[in-house]
Amino acid sequence: MSPDLLLEALVAGVLLGAFYAAVSVGLSLAFGLLEVPHIAHPAFLVLGAYGAWLLGQYAIDPLLAGVLLAPLFFVFGLAIYRFYHLVFERRGSDTGLRGLAFFFGVAFIIEVGLILAFGVDQRMAEAPYIGESLALGEMRLPLRMLVAFGVALLLTLGLSLYLSRSFPGRAIRAVAQDQVALALMGADPVRVKQWAFGIATATCAVAGALLIIVGPVEPGQGRLYIGRTFCVAVLAGLGSMPGTLAAGLILGVAESVVLTSLGASWAPAVAFGILLLVLAVRPTGLFGR
Amino acid sequence: MTVRWRMFLAGGALLVLGAALLTRLVDNEYFFFAAYVVLQFVVLASAWNILGGFAGYVNFGSAAFFAAGAYTAVALLKAFDAPLPVLLLAAMLVTATMGLLVGALTLRLRGIFFSIATVAIAVICETVVVNWAYVGGARGTSVLQPAPAELFQTYTRLLFVLMALLAVLAAGVARYVQVSWIGRGLRAIRDDEQAAESLGVPTLRLKLFAATVSGGLMGLAGAPFALYMGFIEPSSVFSLNYAVSALAMPIIGGTASWVGPVLGAVLLASVQQVVTVTVSSELNVLIVGVLLVMFVVAAPQGLLGLIARLRAGRAPAKPAAGERHV
Repeated sequence: MSPDLLLEALVAGVLLGAFYAAVSVGLSLAFGLLEVPHIAHPAFLVLGAYGAWLLGQYAIDPLLAGVLLAPLFFVFGLAIYRFYHLVFERRGSDTGLRGLAFFFGVAFIIEVGLILAFGVDQRMAEAPYIGESLALGEMRLPLRMLVAFGVALLLTLGLSLYLSRSFPGRAIRAVAQDQVALALMGADPVRVKQWAFGIATATCAVAGALLIIVGPVEPGQGRLYIGRTFCVAVLAGLGSMPGTLAAGLILGVAESVVLTSLGASWAPAVAFGILLLVLAVRPTGLFGR
Repeated sequence: MTVRWRMFLAGGALLVLGAALLTRLVDNEYFFFAAYVVLQFVVLASAWNILGGFAGYVNFGSAAFFAAGAYTAVALLKAFDAPLPVLLLAAMLVTATMGLLVGALTLRLRGIFFSIATVAIAVICETVVVNWAYVGGARGTSVLQPAPAELFQTYTRLLFVLMALLAVLAAGVARYVQVSWIGRGLRAIRDDEQAAESLGVPTLRLKLFAATVSGGLMGLAGAPFALYMGFIEPSSVFSLNYAVSALAMPIIGGTASWVGPVLGAVLLASVQQVVTVTVSSELNVLIVGVLLVMFVVAAPQGLLGLIARLRAGRAPAKPAAGERHV
């Protein structure tokens, strides 16, 4: 591979990587910190993307649509967690198999529901920054990727600050560390976790909007993102936000390099390859606790 | 051999004979086409349950095993025009080896990590097949059905009887695993792997065994697929529908016993066949998803649990003793 091509692949990879971090922060929260087997996370992303597309029919910018939908997703997340807690966490035994099967089923229902409602066609969003690109010397940077890059940085940094500086954020980290100790301090761990799951779901609205900005979306897309999001969340070291950004960048660059050197059809296997490698070699991830 | 085993074998033999008899009695070719699918899901569900239900390791990648079986057969058909028994044997060997590797993963991966790894294996297998031009790549390839043997009018009928045989085999293997010491060991692993290990249960050997057997049976279910359809493409054999059904059917039927997956598969797959024909194929996958969530939430013991409760004559859905209240 020529140096020029490599440089281009690297830059594209960094942009893509920030986007991957953005779609994975919710999972880092829900799975990494709360240890909910949230295999439906990618389906929530696709749901967010369809929400942005639907609002786009009324000439609303996809990013704005994502922000508008976030409160709705937040409430949806609260409800899902409450239900999950009542049915599985409280009953204790056998949460593993049943919790997994539950979220797997939810993901499946969302996918098929979207197919029934909108068909299997790919959907695209419209915005002034989609389709344009920025010329930088020989290189062309698609504006949509730059927008996604910016939003992704804001989202990860914002969440990172929220978790380390704000009171509720620190409560979330506390519940991840020691639930019983938190309860002894007079806080209700279930409510803290519910709040955190709400936030995790709300990020799916914004990240879903990014999904449809970056490329066309179809109902079955969630499956590809199971690999990518879990790869990022696990590589990050569960629950670490700076780790999520770093892991996203690693995945983005790796995928981009494979894309330019081997071809597009191999790209989906990259995330899973890295994931298996991390699980085998260093299950605690880069920034593991 | 115990009396119950004799009953099982007699029942299985009767079933296969009955299937063979049906190929003489029923004229409607579609009946065999649909019944083949139902039996195929009996095999898949029974196979999934050996690792997922008995040992508690949730495999989301059943489609990969099914597809690996199907594509092994296709590759052998293309290369040597190999006969059906060879296809079955080869498919089983390939997917049993895959199962062994998956079993090795359980060394380090538990719970959701294991499940995600199985999704990974499915996607990697799909990527390999899509890039494998010899068996048609992403476009798929068509396979000619050979002429049926003397005994059967059409090749689909032959495959239908074969699948009935495989279904009995899968249920028999599942039953053997369940009632033998292997099943007790697997249940111990499911309930508490560390405790089992410390009490001298050979956890690793048992997990490797369960994963290998489960994988091999799934490959058997997939091996005749290309011959049955006459055509194979990655998107149809790697379909999420197989992964979901292989897991939903045992959970809906009840994972505690070999009967559960058989019951779940027969009921659900039959409903699916009817709905696909009368309404739409999207709706039938939706039904599976909704039923899966409903059963997981409201009837974790599956249909078998519901039946047992009805027999005991107690009111359903009382929380179990020793539940923590918040």
